[in-house]
Amino acid sequence: MTGAIWNLLLGLAWVLLSGDFSGLNLLVGMVFGYIALVLIEPQVGALQGYPARLPRIIGFIGFFIKELVQANLRVAFDILTPPWHMKPGVIALPLSARTEMEITMVANLISLTPGTLSLDVSDDRKVLYIHAMFLDDEDELRRSLKEMEHRALELFR
Amino acid sequence: MIEFIKGTLLITGALFVLLAAIGLLRLPDLLTRMHATTKAAALGVILIMLASAMHFAEVGIVARSFAIIVFILMTAPVAAHVIGRAGYFVGSRLWSGTVKDELRPNYDPLTHELKSGLETHENAKRHPRDTDPD
Repeated sequence: MTGAIWNLLLGLAWVLLSGDFSGLNLLVGMVFGYIALVLIEPQVGALQGYPARLPRIIGFIGFFIKELVQANLRVAFDILTPPWHMKPGVIALPLSARTEMEITMVANLISLTPGTLSLDVSDDRKVLYIHAMFLDDEDELRRSLKEMEHRALELFR
Repeated sequence: MIEFIKGTLLITGALFVLLAAIGLLRLPDLLTRMHATTKAAALGVILIMLASAMHFAEVGIVARSFAIIVFILMTAPVAAHVIGRAGYFVGSRLWSGTVKDELRPNYDPLTHELKSGLETHENAKRHPRDTDPD
């Protein structure tokens, strides 16, 4: 968090000093600020882990968009063709997320990808019940959901 | 070139919204309908917003487009989850082709207790949450 604030401050300083108050210039300032933070990270303890987080976030956004488009096309195909190819069902997914914040994030991400909808968390918060539209290959589905959870948790820890 | 990209974004966005509407009519039960409406519609609106941001290319409009995208990404899954959950527990019937339901055996309709199925004897005892209404 301190890393992000410093990055924003450096970006604002760049905007003030260069005198060009546009969004694009702020972006340029943020990029330079990020490079500066990467360079001083070994010396400053408070920045520990910040530079490694940004590529992870970008990688996660790319991964998520890929999943989103892929799954949307699959649902679209099933809606448009007359016979039903889907095999819907409710499965229980064991959670590795522990805090409320993490569970909320994971459940929302699962709800956002088409084909899966999170229904409820068990009272002891160990299992997330998910309604899935395509249960042809349950192991594959569980594997991809676990991968998404793993990648999302990496962003917070 | 940029005209072409904008046009493609607008048309695919509109197609996804149309798809959500068709899905709402065609799909057989509540939960599968939630799949179609929330996600396809959200993707459609996101594509249209990207196109409008590219068309106007002004700071104010681009910022607003991205704010709309962020808020849709934040609210759509919550709404889908709440409607789907309420519908499920109120007892809306699942489609006859549903292959599996791992929730039903773990749910107690009298106490509204939802087990995880991973309990040992130790933690299978009921511990009411502070936030429970009853």
